[in-house]
Amino acid sequence: MTHHPSHTIARIITLLILIFNLISCSNNEVETIDYKDSYKLEGGGNLVNAMVGEPSNLIAMIAGDSASSVIAGNIFNSLIKYDEKLNYAPELAEKWDVSLDQKTITFTLKENLFWADGTPLTSEDVLFTWKLVTDPKTRTPYASDYLLVKEASAPNPKTFIVTYDETYAPAIDTWASLHILPKHILKDEDINNTFFSRNPIGSGYYQLDQWISGQQVTLKANTKSSQGPANIKYLTSRIIPDTSSQFLELTADNIDLMNINPIQHQRVFPARKDLEQKINLYKELGNGYTYLGFNLKKEPFNDINVRRAINYAIDKDEVIKGVLLGLGEPVASPYKPGTRWNNANLSPYPYDPNKALSLLKAAGYQKNQSGLFEKDGKVLGFEILTNQNKQREMTAVLVQRRLKEIGIDVTIRVIEWASFINRFIKTGDFNAVVLGWSLSLDPDQYNIWHSSQQGPGQFNFIGYNNKEVDKLLEDGRKELDPSKRQKIYYKFSEHLLSDSPIVYLYAGYGLSAVNKRVQGIKTPAPPAGIYHNSYDWFIPQSLRRNEMAN
Amino acid sequence: MLKYLIKRILWMFPMLIGISLISFFIMHLAPGDVTSNESSFNPKASEESRQKLRELYNLDKPVMVQYGLWLKRIVKLDFGRSFSSHQRPVLWEEKDKNGNITKGLIQESLPITLLINLLGIFIIFSISIVLGTASAIKQNTWVDRSITLFVFVGFAIPGFWLALLLMYWTGVANQWLPISGLHSQGYLSLDLFSQTLDLLKHLVLPVFVSSLSGLAGISLYVRNGMLDVLHQDFITTARSKGLSEKRVIFVHALKNAILPLITIVGLSIPGLIGGSVIAESIFAIPGMGKLFYDSVLMRDFPVIMGILTIGSVLTLFGNLLADLGYAWADPRVRKGIIK
Repeated sequence: MTHHPSHTIARIITLLILIFNLISCSNNEVETIDYKDSYKLEGGGNLVNAMVGEPSNLIAMIAGDSASSVIAGNIFNSLIKYDEKLNYAPELAEKWDVSLDQKTITFTLKENLFWADGTPLTSEDVLFTWKLVTDPKTRTPYASDYLLVKEASAPNPKTFIVTYDETYAPAIDTWASLHILPKHILKDEDINNTFFSRNPIGSGYYQLDQWISGQQVTLKANTKSSQGPANIKYLTSRIIPDTSSQFLELTADNIDLMNINPIQHQRVFPARKDLEQKINLYKELGNGYTYLGFNLKKEPFNDINVRRAINYAIDKDEVIKGVLLGLGEPVASPYKPGTRWNNANLSPYPYDPNKALSLLKAAGYQKNQSGLFEKDGKVLGFEILTNQNKQREMTAVLVQRRLKEIGIDVTIRVIEWASFINRFIKTGDFNAVVLGWSLSLDPDQYNIWHSSQQGPGQFNFIGYNNKEVDKLLEDGRKELDPSKRQKIYYKFSEHLLSDSPIVYLYAGYGLSAVNKRVQGIKTPAPPAGIYHNSYDWFIPQSLRRNEMAN
Repeated sequence: MLKYLIKRILWMFPMLIGISLISFFIMHLAPGDVTSNESSFNPKASEESRQKLRELYNLDKPVMVQYGLWLKRIVKLDFGRSFSSHQRPVLWEEKDKNGNITKGLIQESLPITLLINLLGIFIIFSISIVLGTASAIKQNTWVDRSITLFVFVGFAIPGFWLALLLMYWTGVANQWLPISGLHSQGYLSLDLFSQTLDLLKHLVLPVFVSSLSGLAGISLYVRNGMLDVLHQDFITTARSKGLSEKRVIFVHALKNAILPLITIVGLSIPGLIGGSVIAESIFAIPGMGKLFYDSVLMRDFPVIMGILTIGSVLTLFGNLLADLGYAWADPRVRKGIIK
């Protein structure tokens, strides 16, 4: 008898089908839930979200990656926080007083603060944290703000006093971003290499429950939280590097929350009624803006007419529609629209190609036979550099098209980040870049715009140099009175807009998709975003996922 | 034979130094270091602080000096500590003075990658031998052609695309299999059997997708080897002796046809520790591919060098094992009739 391989194949296939059937849960019914308008607040439950990267560690001053700061932010507290309108609010400190000469800040801690292990949290911990961040042996890139403190002391367990050499207005902000660490655990540890970084004890709403390397980080509500209890008992962050996989997990109901992109928000969700039934979409203005920056030390960008012409020639609304599918806003200053520092009287350069043409002619450019502008035999053209970021690449293409229409020849080059920074930005070897800056909460932008900050590795790499702006930035650092400070930065924003050293392109929305089982999310999102009150969110018992544990 | 073996092993050392030297320099040719990743492009992180970090990591020293420092550690089998993940040991766990254990990066990523690759190789080889033999016996029939078509389609299909389709089909539309990750929520409360079953369920898709592309190569090797053997005199002799066709093919022919596979198995040994970045990202598996890729993006030199060193040692050993295995399996090689 001969052996028939085709039979073997048929058998294998049958076997595979059998295996598939055996391991399937045989539950193909999609249940639909009728969500009520409101639910009774119930504590407990497990909120599962997805993140693309694993935290490198949970000590924020050393970590630096966003995954770390998100998770550490749930475990640790700072002295001060930003409230939902992005104003300062008490966190560990119940109040802070600035001395008359504006050089000394006295923080008074709240009563009855505890670490998650039950040890009292005192001003000694704050002093210890300050010493740690300023210690030259500590591997932190964030020391410089804290090195400005001349003297720090903790005269009693509730008081922490810092004195600066000179008035330093961003000081308050720096104390809103320094997580206070426990002295009693870390005093004999090497902060650069400590078990604590993956097993932290904090004072925040949550404490670490379990960290499965490369897979998930689970936090558990901290019963001794310095800010009162959080509603949801467990926060699980699953590490899923691919956003398409995250999306599949969301649609299969295995995760509750993920960040989505404009295409998913505008195209996928509206087309899927089954998803709309169980998932809410949220949008909030993000914390950054995207810009086209010029190398001001180079021709032709040293000419303000050229910069303004380019600004008029770019249609920002088109970029927002094309790149973000409308999910963004134009900006005219480096501050978040709707916040105190944003000068609402400013508006972006409108799209006006005729004005662009006349400005270029005023700058001495003439059109040549091929329709491109030319001066002294040199064609007006440049290269836009950007890093591997889809939105920035698309933005560069739209900019290229609009500039080509008025007669400027633009090429685009996309480069991996580390090479981009070291080969081009640090050396000043570029014409123009599409990049992003954060819409900072404190208005101080000295490091980005002051003319002294142009050295290699510093942040004024475009070479912006304006004496009046320098003066405003210096004044703004010394002024603690918010309304006076506001005037200074209004003026600063005006200069920045009129000088046009960069073209503000857009501030995109942060987009989240959240399963409807999560209740208590504020909508529309306040300036601080939907996450600012995540400790108030809750998952009603009846909507909880059926889990093996918890 | 023993002399040959010792000579081969001694040769590995200069080879390893050469490989590590070249890798070290190529790695440093790429602009940037661990202080210049995207999240550190932050006005709050000053250039002075970053310079200080560079000094702490010895990145300010000339490359030759850095290589010397690395070599000095590696001869003591000290793979160093990662820059980007808070000084975690690169290779193996360490205990601090309080007895707390911090696991090594490779230690955590390697087991899952090995498991997936071993399962993959096992599946690839068993299916390929069946498919290859079948198409050789049925040469130029529809069976042969459809097998060839199938393995080439498997080879040509983009893995990420197939992975997403299968994830949707088995995970979202039907909920037969988990979509991504290695464990279900709360798997720690399960007993060992259910934990293993849970892990295996999570591995079905990753192993299937990564095996599919490997079928083409191996099954064609088997097919061609089989065809060669079937045309040789001893097969004709066997048939003329009146042996059953089954015995001719499975005892006499197959043994000889799969001999070349020994070389391939040997050469796949270094591949065992390498994972696919794309598959690992899509299935959210914290394996070696993702570890290496992330380390390159972060310019985490100790981790890159650690993985490269282990990879090159395994490559050299794999080659040696393949040669030895060949000698063991083929008396003609052993007796020096053919090389």
